[in-house]
Amino acid sequence: MQPGRPLRAARLYLTGVFWRHRWGKGLVLLAPPLLAFALVYLASLAALFVSSFWTVNPFTTEIEHHWTLDNFRTIFESSAYRTIALRTIGIAAAVTVTDAILAFPLGYFMARLARPRTRAFLFVAVLLPLWSSYLIRVYIWRLILDQNGVLNWTLRQLGLGPLHLAYSNWAVWIVFSYVWLPFMVLPVYGALERIPESLLEASRDLGARGFETFRRIVLPLALPGVVAGSIFTFSLTLGDYVTPMLAGGSSSQFIGNVVYSSVGISNNVPFAAAFATIPLAVMAVYLLIARKLGAFEAM
Amino acid sequence: MESRGTRLALATWAALVTAFLWVPLLLILVYAFNESNIQSWPIPGFTTRWFRAAWHDQEVRDALWLSVRAGLIATGAALVLGSAAAFAIARFRFFGRESVSFLLVLPIALPGIITGMALNSFFVFNHMSLSLWTIVIGHATFCVVIVYNNVLARLRRSSPSLLEASADLGADGWQTFRFVVWPILSTALVAGGLLAFALSFDEVVVTYFTAGAQNTLPLLILGYIRLGQRLPEVNAIAFAVIVLTVVPVALAQRLMRDTGVLRRGAANVTEAVESSQITAV
Amino acid sequence: MMRIRRAHVLIAAVAAALCVPAAGVSSSSGLPTKIGKGEGQLNLVAWEGYTQPQWVKPFERKTGCRVHAKYAGSSDEMVTLMRQGGGSQYDMVSASGDASLRLIYGHDVQPVNVKLIPDWKNFAPALKSPPHNTVDGVHYGVSLQWGPNTLLYNTKKVKPKPTSWSVLYSPKYKGKITVPDNPIQIADAALYLSKAQPSLGITDPYELNQKQFDAAVNLLRRQKPLIKKYWALASDEIDLFKNGDAVLGASWPYQTNTLQADKVPVADTIPREGATGWADTWMLSAHAKHPNCAYLWMRWVSTPKVQAQQAIYFGETPANVKACPIMDKLSPGSAAKYHCGASEAYFKSIKFWKTPVAACGNGRNDCMDYTKWQQAWTQLKG
Repeated sequence: MQPGRPLRAARLYLTGVFWRHRWGKGLVLLAPPLLAFALVYLASLAALFVSSFWTVNPFTTEIEHHWTLDNFRTIFESSAYRTIALRTIGIAAAVTVTDAILAFPLGYFMARLARPRTRAFLFVAVLLPLWSSYLIRVYIWRLILDQNGVLNWTLRQLGLGPLHLAYSNWAVWIVFSYVWLPFMVLPVYGALERIPESLLEASRDLGARGFETFRRIVLPLALPGVVAGSIFTFSLTLGDYVTPMLAGGSSSQFIGNVVYSSVGISNNVPFAAAFATIPLAVMAVYLLIARKLGAFEAM
Repeated sequence: MESRGTRLALATWAALVTAFLWVPLLLILVYAFNESNIQSWPIPGFTTRWFRAAWHDQEVRDALWLSVRAGLIATGAALVLGSAAAFAIARFRFFGRESVSFLLVLPIALPGIITGMALNSFFVFNHMSLSLWTIVIGHATFCVVIVYNNVLARLRRSSPSLLEASADLGADGWQTFRFVVWPILSTALVAGGLLAFALSFDEVVVTYFTAGAQNTLPLLILGYIRLGQRLPEVNAIAFAVIVLTVVPVALAQRLMRDTGVLRRGAANVTEAVESSQITAV
Repeated sequence: MMRIRRAHVLIAAVAAALCVPAAGVSSSSGLPTKIGKGEGQLNLVAWEGYTQPQWVKPFERKTGCRVHAKYAGSSDEMVTLMRQGGGSQYDMVSASGDASLRLIYGHDVQPVNVKLIPDWKNFAPALKSPPHNTVDGVHYGVSLQWGPNTLLYNTKKVKPKPTSWSVLYSPKYKGKITVPDNPIQIADAALYLSKAQPSLGITDPYELNQKQFDAAVNLLRRQKPLIKKYWALASDEIDLFKNGDAVLGASWPYQTNTLQADKVPVADTIPREGATGWADTWMLSAHAKHPNCAYLWMRWVSTPKVQAQQAIYFGETPANVKACPIMDKLSPGSAAKYHCGASEAYFKSIKFWKTPVAACGNGRNDCMDYTKWQQAWTQLKG
């Protein structure tokens, strides 16, 4: 101890205070991020929700502040909006399942079988696509799936008939599964890697066979990782409008497209806000379930 | 525990999925050398002029510089706020603790278009003109949670007794931070920061609503895609970005691997941390 | 009850909006009388192909104003962008007729002193003070270019050469058709119906009563299974034609020119029913941060050479009649091809885009307003 140094003394004093009043330290640490969030984020969301009860002037598109349920009525009365919501949720679910199926064996291989070098290579291979432009990765699929694109060219070389995938919901499904795949692989890999070797050994010692160990030990422990990944794939699909716009066909309106065109093209924020309550509600339910399954720890 | 067949099947699957991820990226590279700006397959010939064009394109430079600045500032803010929140959540129990973690995850769990639209309304309502700073705010909302998750995961794995030990040995808060907390956290911060930067650098949906007249690199690329005439240039940019990021991504991988070492050999690290602290005091 | 009240509010609002420009005139005495030094930057909202390096680079070198362009795919998007962030983000917009009046009545653009644009004198008479950018004698911008929306087709796959819009509605080319993703497309259907079903009594494709509107929307609904994709970006249509995913579509001349330059076998035509079209105006934002650069830009794009360059590049007709000889010099035959210096009769034959409003020409208020168009379009695409 060097009591002669005032700075050190002050620091020790503060340390003591915080040690005794852990609450104080917690508050000091938490105050800035919480305030920032509460102020900006929640206020924005709240304002958005409020505006869904307003309307816009059809000619000048300026917001008129009188309360009405018209936006919600339009959404619920029209079968088109129902179709769009169901299509989006359906494709989001399909993308999530596809990515889980693609990612789980890869994550398992990386975490438990691959040698350190292979693992490092695979890790970089999965992470790097996140760095290359998302727009380009979507656009390149258009060139792959086109009538005279790379895929059909390859099929022709193999003597197979052409596939008509371009500009359809099949294309949207493929592209979404492609661009969100790394978001699924990373948490799945993380969850699998965290399973202690000793648990698997114990299972083996107790006479469980490979598949049984997998079913009763690995799968339950990896589930939070899968759910964490699914939050990304699901929510990203719900909110995206670029992929349907670039890869979709004549029936490829998604929730994101309706919201985007309402706000970015028609300047009808109230209607966009009203429609956005659908993905908001879907994600709220999804998150509550995900939290029960322990996904937040695995994100 | 896996049979030979299972191992082989898993290895094959891993190879196929990796190919699925990489074949389109390789095509981006091929198209970057496309002689014609009409994107047919196979490409008619090779040229490097698009790389030159992209390099000399002032718009590309401006957009790149804006993206880098926005990414760095947003990542910086996220590092401070995210790790502070992670500390509080990991070390203290208080009323509403669960809600806080729920709240922090919201920006990344909710569809980006909602975040973008909400922030846009907020800025308009407060008469904030759209600028670099509104982009930064938009990006920081989802960068915070990336850092938060990384740091929180690391804190959960490290034992709180390390801090007590440090205090017992007479260290003050700063010393504990410098010699105990920082060595544990630094890799998590770098890894989280890199991922946060990557997400910010490539963000389109939120940025569209928070950027205004200026173009970040993804917004510029969207404009070029719209025009449909300078796509090889865009491919060249995309590929240059991949090449430039191999190094930081490989670095992040190394750091994440160290995490594993830390966990498996926690005893060694504890020892090392304590010894470094003792010599310092 | 609620509906009626709302309708009243809307009428009142539109009426109020219509009254406002009168007030704007008196305050317009504050027009600039000379162009000051450029501010070094100019933010534009433009159609694809309107800010090509060909004429933007010389402008930047000459004036020191760095041009930042944001492309918009529809008039709606232009209006929204001009209002983004309180309207101070962009200095100018290349608005078509269906956007320009909305911008004027929404106070998003400010009056312009055309005396500062020397080439304004050389504009075709119909484009000096056209109703879509000049209200009560006050100019809200300078006319730029105009042209018709065309029928684009693949010359190898579509035979014989189409002469009617009906090909877009017949199952012969099922799955190979593309049309713009834009509510104003309902007017194209209405234009076709005005000739194909005269009993509907459609005289103006932008002024449709419920019955006429329903007929147009129904036609589009039957067309939907034939569509490969509703194109949102000009490059969408270019890619569709290039790769053979589409052989027939509603288009701008820009796509034809780009495709022909890439040696894709396409041509375009104006079918016998006539065509919808656009007449664009460079307008100045009410909150422009770089007004001097904006004036310099208006002056620059009105000069004969730039007018000719843009006309040839995009495939449209310049406002400045002095551009015609230059067009022929740059690309022989182009002046006639794009009707440079065309007669007023030809100009009038094109149904220029305008914003559909409830209070339409017949004096009644039974026309479908633009919100209805937008909703019908969204539901149509489903």
